[in-house]
Amino acid sequence: MTIAGQTIKLRRVIIYAVLIFLAVFYLLPVYMVLITAFKNPADIALQTVWQPPDPVDVEGFVTAIQEFLPNLRNSFALVIPATILSALLGSLNGYVLSKWKFPGANIVFPLMLFGMFIPYQSILIPLFQFMNSIGLYGGIPGLIVTHVVYGLPITTLIFRNDYAEVPTEMVEAGKIDGAGFFGVYRHIMFPISLPGFVVVIIWQFTQIWNEFLFAVTLTSTASQPITVKLSQLAGGEAVKWNMPMAGALLAAVPTLIVYILLGKYFIRGLLAGSVKG
Amino acid sequence: MSATTVGTTPTLRQRIAMRQDRIVAFLMLLPSIILLAIFVYGFIGRTGAASLTDWQGLSTDPEMNYVGLQNYTQLFTGPVELRFRQGLVNTFFFTIFFLAGCLVMGIFLAILLDQNIKGEGIFRTIFLFPMALSFIVTGTVWRWLFNPSGGLNQLPTVFGLPPWSFRWLTSREQVLQFNWQHLPMMIAIVIFLVVAFLGYRYWRRGQRRGLTISGIVGALLLIWIVAGGPLQIQTLPYPEMHGFNVAFIGIILASTWQLSGYTMAMYLAGLRGIPEELREAARVDGANEMQVYRYIILPLLRPITLSAMIILGHISLKIFDLIFAMAGADNMTTDVPGILMYLTAFRANQFALGAAIAIVMLIMVAFVIVPYLYTTLRSEVEL
Repeated sequence: MTIAGQTIKLRRVIIYAVLIFLAVFYLLPVYMVLITAFKNPADIALQTVWQPPDPVDVEGFVTAIQEFLPNLRNSFALVIPATILSALLGSLNGYVLSKWKFPGANIVFPLMLFGMFIPYQSILIPLFQFMNSIGLYGGIPGLIVTHVVYGLPITTLIFRNDYAEVPTEMVEAGKIDGAGFFGVYRHIMFPISLPGFVVVIIWQFTQIWNEFLFAVTLTSTASQPITVKLSQLAGGEAVKWNMPMAGALLAAVPTLIVYILLGKYFIRGLLAGSVKG
Repeated sequence: MSATTVGTTPTLRQRIAMRQDRIVAFLMLLPSIILLAIFVYGFIGRTGAASLTDWQGLSTDPEMNYVGLQNYTQLFTGPVELRFRQGLVNTFFFTIFFLAGCLVMGIFLAILLDQNIKGEGIFRTIFLFPMALSFIVTGTVWRWLFNPSGGLNQLPTVFGLPPWSFRWLTSREQVLQFNWQHLPMMIAIVIFLVVAFLGYRYWRRGQRRGLTISGIVGALLLIWIVAGGPLQIQTLPYPEMHGFNVAFIGIILASTWQLSGYTMAMYLAGLRGIPEELREAARVDGANEMQVYRYIILPLLRPITLSAMIILGHISLKIFDLIFAMAGADNMTTDVPGILMYLTAFRANQFALGAAIAIVMLIMVAFVIVPYLYTTLRSEVEL
């Protein structure tokens, strides 16, 4: 082998070594969560944190599931309707903004988009008052409404960018053939919307599942999603750490499953967030 | 619909139907517009109005008196609101280091993965998975990892080395300190440097009007600075030191762990968009791999860096849940406006002051986002 060949080979070895080292570093927290969640609380000692559980203790994990079950249920009761509603509304909005442009649409759209960047602290006090006054404070329905409304900008954006790629001639032809607003949507737009819906549903599912500020401000103990419960559990100092770790695992698993199965669409949603799509 | 109908002109009836459909379309969008008008702009307006009052307490019919900008002057120059000012300084340093961390890690990972790596998909999944997690999950896990006598500090013992003793989240140490009274002076100098830089660019490009304007503005600023004008601005009657809290290192590490995959994905998408012929051409011209990146690829990725900076920057200016879960809401050293707003409004029930903090946050984010939206959407229209 030539010297140049050897340098190239050495270079590849170094690249792989660096990649593997970084991958181990990125996975360290996962390892920590898993070993701590399956330790018996009595076995958790700071000096031996990195050692795997011996023996593996499932009991603590089962207790954690029981403890977190109501909150998991709350999270699902929140995420599913909120995701579906915001995806449907986003699809309709994106359709209007891409194929039925009206005068002023170029002003309305950026104003809508701005809503997804604001710090939600800046609307939190009036939102809290509003939910209180219409009797939705403290429950899941209020949180659903909140997430649907503040999800409108991003879902509209993703669908608008998707629909913009449908040739206008196709829509025009549909219009001339007598298909109205809904006809075009049903026969032309909706059938090609599947990728858009997957991206939007994954995105909203993850965002709403992971969200904390609205959840902690607008819910009562009975309606807390899992993020709120987890934050309270980790707060105490004298806590048995297998519990928060098991909770973290439970809170992470649904979004991780979605990410691992549908990663391609997840990344599309991620990149759509930077507006250009 | 068949292709033959495309060319025919619509009849009167069809045109009426299409006009009606236009109205239907607008009506379908209208609820969303109204909702966002109320929930975004209406509510911001109410927060803004509340920030000009003395509203506090949980009464259902609160007594509110207009107090002008008093809440804001209190935040920036009041003796009690030291915590807010440290929060702003924390946000400033956090933003810089978090952005630097994510951009450097992101481009590094992207370039590594761009080398025809076997199992690229697996590596990509590993580097990006933290993005799918809640900040609360990340915060909880890293809080455990940063336990002063456990977690990362115990990692060396796995290899038979003595443990570290760094007090990640509980450190009270502060470096890069400065006096809050000098803030107007520092801001004036920064603005002067920006103007000077712009002037230099106008001069290089031979744009005389821009050069004249920036020259005049810069000269006036310089005179003001040299005359000590900014020092005359009364902020506080006594010196108050702020700086970078060492306890933030852990938070920066955890947030970089979570979001560097995002910049990696952006850069990787950018790298894949660069045609191979371009690199080939450079190599044929005798450029080595380093030079190909330095002179061909990195300049082409510059727009992505800008987008990433804006998206990550606005996240770090709003940062709330991560620090809430990691360091706790009541940890003064790791305070940020997002947390302080929540505590002020919803724990201490000082709604007016909380509203003022929220408006300051909004202004900071708007400074980053509005120009971005403006330029992005304008270039889109031009296409």
